[in-house]
Amino acid sequence: MSGMVEKRGVGLWLTHLGLVIGIVIICFPIYLAFVASTVTQVEIVRPPMPLVPGGHFFENYSAALLSGVNAPVWRMLMNSMIMALGITIGKISISIISAYAIVYFRFPLRSVFFWLIFVTLMLPVEVRIVPTYEVVANFGMLNSYSGLILPLIASATATFLFRQLFLTIPDELAEAARIDGAGPVRFFFDILLPMSRTNIAALFVILFIYGWNQYLWPLLITTEPEMNTVVMGIKQMFPSGDDLADWPVIMATSILAMMPPVLVVVCMQKLFVKGLIEQEK
Amino acid sequence: MEKRVIFNNRVLPYALVAPQLLVTAIFFFWPAGQAIYQSAFIPDPFGLKTQFVGLGNFEFLFSNKYYLAAFQTTAVFSGLVAGLSMGVALWLAVMADRVIKGAGTYRTLLIWPYAVAPAVAGVLWLFMFNPNVGVVAWYLGQYGYHWNHVLNGAEAMGLVVAASAWKQISYNFLFFLAGLQAIPRSVIDAAAIDGARFWKRFWTIVFPLLSPTTFFLLVVNVVYAFFETFGVIHTITSGGPQQSTTILVYKVFADGFIGQDLGSSAAQSVVLLLVVTVLTVIQFRFIERRVHY
Repeated sequence: MSGMVEKRGVGLWLTHLGLVIGIVIICFPIYLAFVASTVTQVEIVRPPMPLVPGGHFFENYSAALLSGVNAPVWRMLMNSMIMALGITIGKISISIISAYAIVYFRFPLRSVFFWLIFVTLMLPVEVRIVPTYEVVANFGMLNSYSGLILPLIASATATFLFRQLFLTIPDELAEAARIDGAGPVRFFFDILLPMSRTNIAALFVILFIYGWNQYLWPLLITTEPEMNTVVMGIKQMFPSGDDLADWPVIMATSILAMMPPVLVVVCMQKLFVKGLIEQEK
Repeated sequence: MEKRVIFNNRVLPYALVAPQLLVTAIFFFWPAGQAIYQSAFIPDPFGLKTQFVGLGNFEFLFSNKYYLAAFQTTAVFSGLVAGLSMGVALWLAVMADRVIKGAGTYRTLLIWPYAVAPAVAGVLWLFMFNPNVGVVAWYLGQYGYHWNHVLNGAEAMGLVVAASAWKQISYNFLFFLAGLQAIPRSVIDAAAIDGARFWKRFWTIVFPLLSPTTFFLLVVNVVYAFFETFGVIHTITSGGPQQSTTILVYKVFADGFIGQDLGSSAAQSVVLLLVVTVLTVIQFRFIERRVHY
């Protein structure tokens, strides 16, 4: 419904113009990276570089994907995918079952457990870098997928989210299930899980982006280029010292590194917005 | 709120919370405990044994000018990131709220930078401003301004702020737009009938009604600037030049992994732990009652 204060005529066009300018400025860094990934190194190192895409798209992208600098980018993309999916699925699984226990059962130490999970909100990996690294090293998990994934899968936020959701599910459903002779496991799989479907999907979008975009943690625990994730691997592609960086390949890798999470956000915009807003409640 | 209907089972609930608790204990509580423990010791010069120093590491930390400088850098950095990204996002959200047709398209075009990793954002901005090949740096040079963030601390700070704020605009935009769309049109129409012009309406009605959203975003942006911008700083400046972009989280990393000063790094972790605790409490105190109109 449009109210009476919406702009019309010139004012409306100015508003659209302002938005378009804003979008152009915000998209420019990514556009420029794309252009750089389609031209030659010579065109870049003799500034100013061209501002329209060139004809070396396949050349640069195949150079990045198949050989890269320290490790082929397809390998780093695969590592990122395994890490992101591992973190996402791990977080959702352990959170949904612990929320289920806390909401649907009464047992000694229940509230203690709840608070122990809650407190992890205050311990992001960035503040416990060195000791967490030591723990992982002692387990022999450096340069391994379990080392990339396990330390990041505890989640207070996801547990809360599922707890809130379960609390809104009418008691009658559990009552009916019990009368029908369904035990707690059946109830979980037949009723609770289907009812949580959209929340799980929304959470999946948010957590996938979180997992894919991890930087500090993979930087510390993957010392072998073969185990690098793509987001942290880009920085490793810059030469140390005064050597010239291979800009077209680095920019092609940057574009490849942002594709999966950007596609997830754009294709699942509704779920993404729902996930973001619910996570902050 | 509690459930009336519950299941009775002695073993199952423990089995269900066990994975979460195990991960939490091994990778959260044990390392956090280690940090607190290590913060009370210093290794001897040969690294063979450690010596108990009580709060010595903290005393040293708070009399160390580089650490105090990192505090100041963090404050300046997060203030600028929060201010810039929230300002731009609010501006865009107000415009997007005013157009009826096409608001959805604008939203799609504005939200996707959210998905770009901070480290990738760092590489993109580094590329634009690289003193040798960067397009923006080159055009600035044509106008007589010689950009070199590798040598100039203020330019380095400007660049990491811009890259960090750029990535966060999408997030703030979404929340501001949702906040603006939740304001009843009738309130604004009433003000318009009373003759209040756009800016007057904005500052006297819209902005105050948005204040819960603004406050919430302020906390989120500060947390973001403190803890999630490591990738931006590591890719663009590595904390330099002369530590002008070394924020607290970067310093924990630099002292612990590059400088191998474990006692000091542990003490810094403990300080950060307190900072996160305070921020979390603020978040919960105020955000619980976020929407009150």
